[in-house]
Amino acid sequence: MARNAKSLSRKRLHEMYRTMLRIRRFEERTDELFMAGQIKGAVHVSIGQEACSVGVCSTLNQDDAILTTHRGHGHSIAKGTRLPEMMAELLGRSTGLCKARGGSMHIADVSMGHYGAHSIVGANMPMAAGMGLAYQLEKKKQVAVVFFGDGASNQGSFHESMNMCAIWKLPVIFFCENNQYAVSFGVERSTAVQDISVRAQGYDAPGVTVDGMDVTAVYEATAEAVARARKGDGPSLIEAKTYRFFGHSRGDPQFGPYRTEAEVQKWRKRDPLIVAEKLLKMTKAEKEAHEAAIKKEMDDANRFAEESPKASLESALEDVYA
Amino acid sequence: MREILYRDAIIEALDEEMRRDESVFLLGEDIAEFGGSYKTTVGLFEKYGKERVRNTPISEQGIVGATLGAALMGMRPVAELMYIDFTGVAMDQIVNQVAKVRYMFGGKAKTALVLRTQGGAGRSSAAQHAQSLEAWFVHVPGLKVVMPSTAHDAKGLLKSAVRDDDPVMFIEHKLLYLEKGPVPEEDYTIPLGVAEVKREGRDITIVATSSMVGKSLAAADELEAEGISCEVVDPRTLFPLDRETILNSVKKTGRCLITHEAVQRCGWGAEIAATLAREAFDYLDAPIERVCGMETPVPFAPKLESHVIPDKDDVIAGVRAVISGL
Repeated sequence: MARNAKSLSRKRLHEMYRTMLRIRRFEERTDELFMAGQIKGAVHVSIGQEACSVGVCSTLNQDDAILTTHRGHGHSIAKGTRLPEMMAELLGRSTGLCKARGGSMHIADVSMGHYGAHSIVGANMPMAAGMGLAYQLEKKKQVAVVFFGDGASNQGSFHESMNMCAIWKLPVIFFCENNQYAVSFGVERSTAVQDISVRAQGYDAPGVTVDGMDVTAVYEATAEAVARARKGDGPSLIEAKTYRFFGHSRGDPQFGPYRTEAEVQKWRKRDPLIVAEKLLKMTKAEKEAHEAAIKKEMDDANRFAEESPKASLESALEDVYA
Repeated sequence: MREILYRDAIIEALDEEMRRDESVFLLGEDIAEFGGSYKTTVGLFEKYGKERVRNTPISEQGIVGATLGAALMGMRPVAELMYIDFTGVAMDQIVNQVAKVRYMFGGKAKTALVLRTQGGAGRSSAAQHAQSLEAWFVHVPGLKVVMPSTAHDAKGLLKSAVRDDDPVMFIEHKLLYLEKGPVPEEDYTIPLGVAEVKREGRDITIVATSSMVGKSLAAADELEAEGISCEVVDPRTLFPLDRETILNSVKKTGRCLITHEAVQRCGWGAEIAATLAREAFDYLDAPIERVCGMETPVPFAPKLESHVIPDKDDVIAGVRAVISGL
């Protein structure tokens, strides 16, 4: 039986809220550092989509696997990736998770079952199939979850991977964060179906659409898919309707030419933090306690990163080969 | 020593590695009951079953990605891509994921995997089934590239590739599958990155890959009768490259001809020529020559096909040109 969100204790929900808040504050910090020129390259924040990261990862064990995307900070944090090493990575420090060779778009933390952010849209899905295949061959009970967006559901890799996982009944959960836009291209114009979840039918797999702003709804749907995968019944597709409150990346203002301020404001009313606060009937004191704890974590992470040395030039040449 | 087919040497290598290590498994199109399009997995399905000799849908991107995913979990998958031409469909996985995840993830990801494929002309397979695309892969840091020219090398190198902790592109040649050669009964491996002098000579070094090795050896036999002594060096692995063996040979002979089936423009031979120009400049008595595929897609009709692919006579003509200084 799938675990039911109603069975989530208040304590657990508070933990999930705190993780969402951790993601929110971390990404706000990365955005500031990016705008200040301290973080180089590209940063794609997932602010607004935290319920997806936390709802999914709360159903997983440490030795279950996730694969994520260029917009992967939230998934990383929800899977347990430590903030100091992550911040150090973004700031190009030698202590970074990937020794300053990955950056924001390629965060990975294998020790936590985090098999990486992959910045080619859709490329992580065939890998998830292979991970599921390894679990099955070695008769393990773990599952692999692959996060992707509405845009990636139009890549061939999605369809190839869904089919492979279905014919072999692999323990893989395809989790689509439909945040309404593939960069600037609206899903209603880019995608032939209204609900991406219906695409599961083409692969004889269950497909559900859930409210991606409600962490309990995401949790519930994922728990069911995970239970199914662990039993050996194969893959599932979950589509979470969600929204990114910020632009796609640098150069994309919050209300770009492709969407209106009114639309953003409408979605912001269903901010996953607000939804969870209401659900928990959170008191001011409880909220302040969460904020204070996260602020300390964030300051510690920043201090660790800033005090770490920059990655050495020699390190650029390491690990090309084993 | 017994002689076996190149394709049977491949089967033996896979069989021995699968028996030795349970984490080795095969996946690819038509490799199970059917035994592979070029019969390089015959008998393995019966021996190891459908789990470890796994037919895949026609999904090359999926095949390579799944191979990588299984490798990330600590397995040692060996995928078969039916034609090297089909790597075009899987290029994102090969170039952007397979070659890079270990590096991008700070050295913490395992990517021990082999992508077996075959290329080359000679069967009127035309432009989409007969190319030699090895240079694409040599160009990508993170990949190793192997091109065996004999049954003996195919077996020993494939066993090493399976045991290697890096991703290996293992490129066979469709015309070599039915060539026989001596292969020892006992277990052996050939390390990646070690060239072999296939024939010793004094006057010129021929650096040849894959099918051009046999053609070069035949050319050397004919040239011997004219009093021209050719040394034939087969790098066997294009990366890592045994520069030393090639350099030592050229320093000895003072002349060099490089030959491969792939088109000349930006071919792997250009890298060798540049290396020799830098490292053996003072030893060269003549300009470096290249005998390569013509700069065209591979045509269908047999006569047209053999026209654009270098053969023994092209190697002979090339050697004569270098020796005579023409």
